[in-house]
Order: sequence, then structure tokens, then C-alpha cells
Amino acid sequence: MTDQTAAPRGRQDFENTLDESDKAVAAFESHDRNVFDRAQHFLHGNPTMVPVIVLIVSIIVFGFVAGANFYSAFNLSLIMQQVSIIGILAAAQSLVILTAGIDLSVGAIMVLMSVIMGNLAVSIGLPAPVAILAGFAGGALAGGINGLFVTRFKLPPFIVTLGTWNIFFALTLWLSGAQSIRSQDLDANAPLLKFFGNSFGIGGAQFTYGSILMVLIFAGLWYMLNRTAWGRHVYAVGDDKEAAELSGIQTNRTLLSVYMLAGLVCGLAAWASIGRVGSVSPQSFQEANLQSITAVVIGGISLFGGRGSIIGPLIGALIVGVFNSGLRLAGVDVLWQLFAIGWLTIIAVAIDQWIRKLSS
Amino acid sequence: MTKTALLTGSAIAAAFLSFAAPANAQSVGACLITKTDINPFFVKMKEGATAKAQELGVELSTYAGKIDGDHETQVQAVETCIASGAKGILITASDTKAIVPVVQKARDAGVLVIALDTPLEPIDAADATFATDNFKAGELVGQWAAATLGDKAADAKIAMLDLSASSPSVDVLRNQGFLKGFGIELADENRIGDEDDPRIVGHDVTSGNEEGGRKAMENLLQRDPSINVVYTINEPAAAGAYETLRSFGKTDGVLIVSIDGGCPGVQNVKEGIIGATSQQYPLMMASLGIEAIAKFAETGEKPEPTEGKDFYDTGVTLITDQPVEGVESIDSAEGLDKCWG
Repeated sequence: MTDQTAAPRGRQDFENTLDESDKAVAAFESHDRNVFDRAQHFLHGNPTMVPVIVLIVSIIVFGFVAGANFYSAFNLSLIMQQVSIIGILAAAQSLVILTAGIDLSVGAIMVLMSVIMGNLAVSIGLPAPVAILAGFAGGALAGGINGLFVTRFKLPPFIVTLGTWNIFFALTLWLSGAQSIRSQDLDANAPLLKFFGNSFGIGGAQFTYGSILMVLIFAGLWYMLNRTAWGRHVYAVGDDKEAAELSGIQTNRTLLSVYMLAGLVCGLAAWASIGRVGSVSPQSFQEANLQSITAVVIGGISLFGGRGSIIGPLIGALIVGVFNSGLRLAGVDVLWQLFAIGWLTIIAVAIDQWIRKLSS
Repeated sequence: MTKTALLTGSAIAAAFLSFAAPANAQSVGACLITKTDINPFFVKMKEGATAKAQELGVELSTYAGKIDGDHETQVQAVETCIASGAKGILITASDTKAIVPVVQKARDAGVLVIALDTPLEPIDAADATFATDNFKAGELVGQWAAATLGDKAADAKIAMLDLSASSPSVDVLRNQGFLKGFGIELADENRIGDEDDPRIVGHDVTSGNEEGGRKAMENLLQRDPSINVVYTINEPAAAGAYETLRSFGKTDGVLIVSIDGGCPGVQNVKEGIIGATSQQYPLMMASLGIEAIAKFAETGEKPEPTEGKDFYDTGVTLITDQPVEGVESIDSAEGLDKCWG
């Protein structure tokens, strides 16, 4: 500014080059360099849009491939029934993955708790509500054990839950003798265990209580993650644990609560699974652990923690369900269904990485 | 970041590998290697083997894959058995072809290898096979279903609930046996799903459990709601299929047939949920196997196959409370006496 007053004295040397310098006001880089950049930024701001777009496109495409049956309200509601259990497990899985962890034991916790519920109610003859509450408590306890090893002993979640997966699985075999409790025995002794298998119809659609439960669980978790301090803490811990700790978050307590809540949700899934399968089946859901991770990943939650919306895995589970149903109705062999889901998973992670480039 | 990605990736891969349950290696004795420990069928097999081994003073080590199809664990188990100096191995192979080289290694080391329940491919890769005739098991329920429907068999709508995408031989044999028994012309007898008879609505896989049975039945009913005959690979799958029929309000006029003869399954026959099931005898396979190993250790003599077959047939019996003419069967009460699991 002083050079203006000094103008009469003639320009100084350095002033001669001023005209050549950049005169633009400091600004953020422009976003709209090309379509891909714009898409990248849009998705960066709205990571859940990827699965939503995939879901919509796949529903439209399978409508053509699989014929009119696919679009029926009944079939679409059936897909919801079919994904309800994996969906609920994916909700539990998401919580853990948001903290940059992973829980390989979700399916095993669920099956173990369903066996505990069944044994208490049918074999021992306790009232069904007591058996169910015991299953919930057991789920929270099982999750708590995972959490304890992760926080107290600083073990990697992958190793801890790989271990407990085997442990819970072994306990399941021990308690059940690998034997199912039949549907008819449940009807006679503890029909409440099959509560989530009940359904109501709207138009042609049949909604089981289990599919409603899945939606309610996601809604509840969405509220907790987005509207409570606890939820902010979960994201913060997942994004950068040390930074979270330095900002005064009790990271270990948050982590422990996440694992316990995930276990409790698995307990809920156990109850719902009895309704869905119709019996207490220790042999079912062998691959549920990995299927839940698939749903989470396709749903756009980053495996590195702290990123993604809890609604994503719901969409992710539905995408898997739509693919399976569509391909089956089209008469495609099972192995090609596996093939398709495999690619979907890899592409989902690739997209996540591409979007993340912006932040690094 | 890349490092984390790598770690996560390889970690997930590792999750697919299962862990063996190494039993105590013993100096002399026999080994029982089953597909899994979760199926009551194998649990029963283990019981039969353990009881017989105790009776004959054979030291038995047992091994199992973690899930069906867990081939690697079985290979390790065979290797451990060879190293332990066992006289004989009883094995229900998860991968009937891939297990052959390591089985050959065992035989070269002078170990008697007996395939239980599931024949190896080729069948003579083992010294002997003690098994259910799975083709016949399928054929029996197929014949029963056709005879029960009578004239209506000509326009039946059949759902085929199979085991898994990898179609192990037991899956193929039961499936093809059923179709032949029902009177459907087979295409390639070694393949599932290549028949073009319009009565077959479709095939789907169940993993042999209730959840899979339920989902598979839902999918096939979506393809054709008029299904009236349901073949299931085993009784848990049948129970799942029944749950679907119940939720669709279609239990009347639909025949469910199955194979296995486990106690809950036979109970379901008694209650009219399953129309008929073919019962097999895992306990017998295992105890005969142990006897054969004991004999081999003593005299060096190997067991002979049943006449006219390339394996020792441990028998299969049709169980139904609605017997039909021309197909021999026992009722569910008698079936419950002989059931396993």
C-alpha cells in the first residue's frame, strides 16, 4: 500500500514485475474439470449414493432380464425377507467397521445365541421371554469379550474375532450337538421364538416382522450415530484414534461400547433368525460372517474406518438380495451368482478407494 | 494405507482357511476323518467308530474339516495319520478327486484307506468304500413320489433342492437317482440340471440346512407357484422348504421327499411334513470300517465290495407312512428305532 504514496518517486525495480504476477483471489481448486472429477466430488460428499445408484440400476436391469415376476410386490418384499438376517448382522458389522475394526464373529454370535434361546426355552423349559433376554445378554457379553480383548489387551480386532468365531462356533456345537430344534417343537413349547417369522400383507407384498425389525435397527443406529455424542465419538475413533483420544474422547470406552452393542444386535438377529428359518438350526448361516462384511463393503462403508453412512449396508444387503433373486429368476446357475457378487465387492472397494483419493 | 489394505485383504483371505482340530497323534491305531463336526450324520459316525474302537482296543484319532468342502484340513489330517503310523484311515472326503494323491501316499505307506459314505473318484483310489447307495436312495423316493401321484405324475411340477454349487458326487447321485426313480429321462448321469423335461421347474442349492432350504424353495416357487413335488438333498433342507410352503399357504397337495433318515427327519415323516425319506446308516459304516481296519492289522486282509457293486453297500431303506405298491418301505415308528442323530 505504501508504494502508492511513493508513486511520485517513480516505480521501484520489484514493482516492474508486479503486473506479470497472478492477480486472482485465493480460492479452492475448481471442481468441475471434467465429468469424472465432478462425480468423484459428488460421491465424496455423498458416499451412500454409490450403493443407492447400483440398487436402482440393478432393479431396473433385472426387471428386464428376469421377467415380470421380478417386479411383483411379492417378490420385492420376499427379497427383503431373504436379506433381513444378513442385513441385521451387517448393521452390527458396520458399527465395528466404522471404528476401523472388523468383526468376524457376528454370525457365530448369532447362531450361538439362537441355540441358547432354543435350548433354554424348549429343552430346559424356561419361559420364552426369559430365554430371549438371556440370548440378548449373551450377545452383549460375547461382543463385550471381543471388545475387551481389543481395548484391554490391544489385540487386532481381526485376530480377536477370528479366535472368538471359532470359540463361539465350538460352543454352538457343544450346546446343540449339531442338532436342529424342529419348527413343530418350537410351535408347541415357545412360539414366541418364532415371532419375527410372522408377517402381514399390504397389497401383494408380504412383510415379515423380521424385515421390519431390520429397518428399525438401521433407523435406530442411524439416529445414534448421527444425532448423539456417542455417534460422533464412534466416527472420530474410527477416523483417527489418537486424534480422538487427544480431543478428550475415552476411546477405549467407546470401542468397548461399540463391540457390546454389535453383540446385542447379533442377539436380536438370533431371535429374528429363528423366525426366518422356522427352526433353531446350528448348521445355518455358516457364511454369515463374510456375507455381512460383503453387505457393508458394497454399502460403501470404508474398511479403514470413520467413513460411510449406516444406511449404506442396508442398501448393500438389498443389492446382494436383488442380484441373487434376479439371477435365480432368470435361471442363472448358482456359481454365476457367486461370480457376480464377488465382482460387486471388489468394485465397491475400488470405488471407495477412488473417492478417498480426494481426502488424502 | 497400502499396507493396511494389503493386510486387510490377506486377512480376509485367511478367514476362508479353516483351522484343523488336531487330535492327539497316537502311535498305532486308526483315524477317522469326516467332512465336518457339525452334521449329526458325522457326529453319529464318530460315535459308531469310537464305540467299536473301544470294543476292539483300537486307538482312534478323529479329525474333521471345519465346513463342508474344507479340503485342506483333510489333507493335513491324512498326512498326520501317516506320520502317526496308523494302520488304517476312514475318510469321508470333502473333495473326492483332490484327496486322491494324498490317499495314494497313505496306501504306499501301507495304510488301509476306506472311504466312508462318499466314494472317491475314481472309486478304486481307496482300498474299499463303505457307503450308502446314494443313487438308489434317490431312486427310492423318486419311485415313491411317482407312485403316490399315480396318473398325475405325468404333469407334475418338480422342485429340486440340491446341496451346493460344487455338486459333490453325493449331490449328483441323489439328484439323478430321484429323477430316474420318478421316471424322467436322464441326460448326462454325472451332471445336475441338464435334463430338459418340462416337469422340472428348476434346481437350487440349500447347503443342506434349514435356511438354505427355505430360501431355495422361495426362489423356485417364485419361478413357478404350481410346484407339487419337492425333492430335497437332506431333511434339514426339507424342513426349510416346508417352512416356505407354510408361509406361502401351499402345504396342501405338495409332496416333499428327502434322504438321510436322521431322527428329526423321521419325526417329520411321522407328522406328515415329509412324505418319504430314504434312511442310511452312518453308525454301521463307521463300525464296519473299524472292524475292517482291525482285521487288516491282524491278517493283512482287505475288505471286499458287495457283489455286483464297486463298494460295500451299507444299505438304504425307504421310510413312509403312506406305503405304495412296488416300493418296499418301513413305517416311521420302525424308522425312529433305527434313526441316527
